[in-house]
Amino acid sequence: MIPEKSIKSMRRQKILLARLQTITRTRYYKYQDIAFKYFGLFCTILGIAILVLFLANLIYTAGARLDWGFMTNLPSRKAAKAGIYTAWVGTLWILSLTTLIALPIGIGAGVYLEEYNKKGKLANILEINIANLAGVPSIVYGLLGLELFARFIGAGESLLTGALTLALLILPVIIVSTREALKTVPYTIREASYALGATKWQTIWNQVLPASMAGIFTGMILALSRAVGETAPLIVIGALAFVPFVPSSVFDSFTVLPIQIFNWVSRPQKEFSVNAAAAIIVLLSITFMMNGIAVYLRYRWQKKIKW
Amino acid sequence: MKIEAKNVNFFYGPDQVLRDISMSIKKNTVTALIGPSGCGKSTFLRLFNRMNDLIETAKLEGEILIDGVDIYNKNINVNELRKTIGMVFQKPNPFPKSIFENVAYGMKVNGITDKSIIEESVEESLKQAALWEEVKDKLKKSAFALSGGQQQRLCIARALAVKPSVLLMDEPASALDPISSIKIEELIYQLKASYTIMIVTHNMQQASRTSDKTAFFYMGELVEFDDTRTLFTNPKKERTQNYITGRFG
Repeated sequence: MIPEKSIKSMRRQKILLARLQTITRTRYYKYQDIAFKYFGLFCTILGIAILVLFLANLIYTAGARLDWGFMTNLPSRKAAKAGIYTAWVGTLWILSLTTLIALPIGIGAGVYLEEYNKKGKLANILEINIANLAGVPSIVYGLLGLELFARFIGAGESLLTGALTLALLILPVIIVSTREALKTVPYTIREASYALGATKWQTIWNQVLPASMAGIFTGMILALSRAVGETAPLIVIGALAFVPFVPSSVFDSFTVLPIQIFNWVSRPQKEFSVNAAAAIIVLLSITFMMNGIAVYLRYRWQKKIKW
Repeated sequence: MKIEAKNVNFFYGPDQVLRDISMSIKKNTVTALIGPSGCGKSTFLRLFNRMNDLIETAKLEGEILIDGVDIYNKNINVNELRKTIGMVFQKPNPFPKSIFENVAYGMKVNGITDKSIIEESVEESLKQAALWEEVKDKLKKSAFALSGGQQQRLCIARALAVKPSVLLMDEPASALDPISSIKIEELIYQLKASYTIMIVTHNMQQASRTSDKTAFFYMGELVEFDDTRTLFTNPKKERTQNYITGRFG
């Protein structure tokens, strides 16, 4: 028989051991916590650092190339003489046309899906498909644009074809962001409007849309800043051509910044890659500016409306 | 009778929310609807301006008459109806616009475009809602800059601006502090002279202070409907007695 005293001490030892284990375990959790924090920090810095290095390199190689002449010269076979005038004018054309086409359709579809569409099978099918469309590779949209707009409608390799194709490309994004913006308007606002005898349309037009406008525009600008960098669909519809003039109507052929960049990069002469770098700085400035406007809009909107 | 409900049954999908309710309300009176949460009093209130129509699965049996007209008749235009039946909600819900625009909105959707008429009505409505003195110098400021109590009076002014004859109030003071709450009650007392008012409330003191008649709802049934004084001092049903003395609910 084991004496009672030793049983007691064995028990005490067991308890002590368990306590020690808990202490080491909590210490382990603490280290895990710290380790993850630094891992996250590392990832963040890595992403930003690579981008900053890239930008610095761009500015180093092409900063001197960026002058007034570069902005106003037509494309040329000589690298030192070539400019991006046709490219940035084309980009502005494409941007405005795409906005004109995509904005009303996108908002219309978003309002319909969010406010009018009754929940059911059809609604589910529509919703899933729009989410899917947002993920379709842009080259597929390019092929669709080539067949539908350039050939079937007969718009050719024109600005119109390009804008229609890009509008198709960003429509799903606009529809989704419109719906998200509409969802943030509380039901009590709609209720208040209905209770005053307003019709559904009056309620949407006077209350819901103004209250969600900033959100809709934010989504629109983010979608456009994606469109501004798209190259593949435009190459497919035939925009990769030597265009020595600025378009004067929507039926003219055109070029845009990313295509000009692509064009220059694919040439063997080294001077052209400096041109490409300079054009990239211009393109990046445009997208950064657009994102900046979107951030500003969201900030102002949040300050103004607090539900 | 200004308002009549005749054998009203009401359903959300398969659930029956109101059971065989009949009630008559005289012109220029205040009627309080009381009862525990989920008893159907808010749903009942929302029948009179057909707000329940916005819920897809809602179904009504029976008749609701206002000035002798069945408001669920096919020939009734819901938007026109809602202009004659004002409503104030539980949480102040001003539009994210200026004070002026909030009150003018009802007229705007009515098709009134004459500026002088709108300005006059806005002032009159704000005065009726006892808010004019506090906001007359900042009509262009955002309605969100007002306090909760002021916002709720703004919502009352907004409802009055379309010149309704009936005012439905769904717990109008429950989200407010005691002083703002008392102001709303005083307002209800003054508005009685020009409007027929129905008010849903959780606050028994408020019901007894503001109303002429009180209806006690329980589990979708109208248990008792009587003069407020009688109902609170000498209820005929045991369930009413238990509720008003705080034994349940």
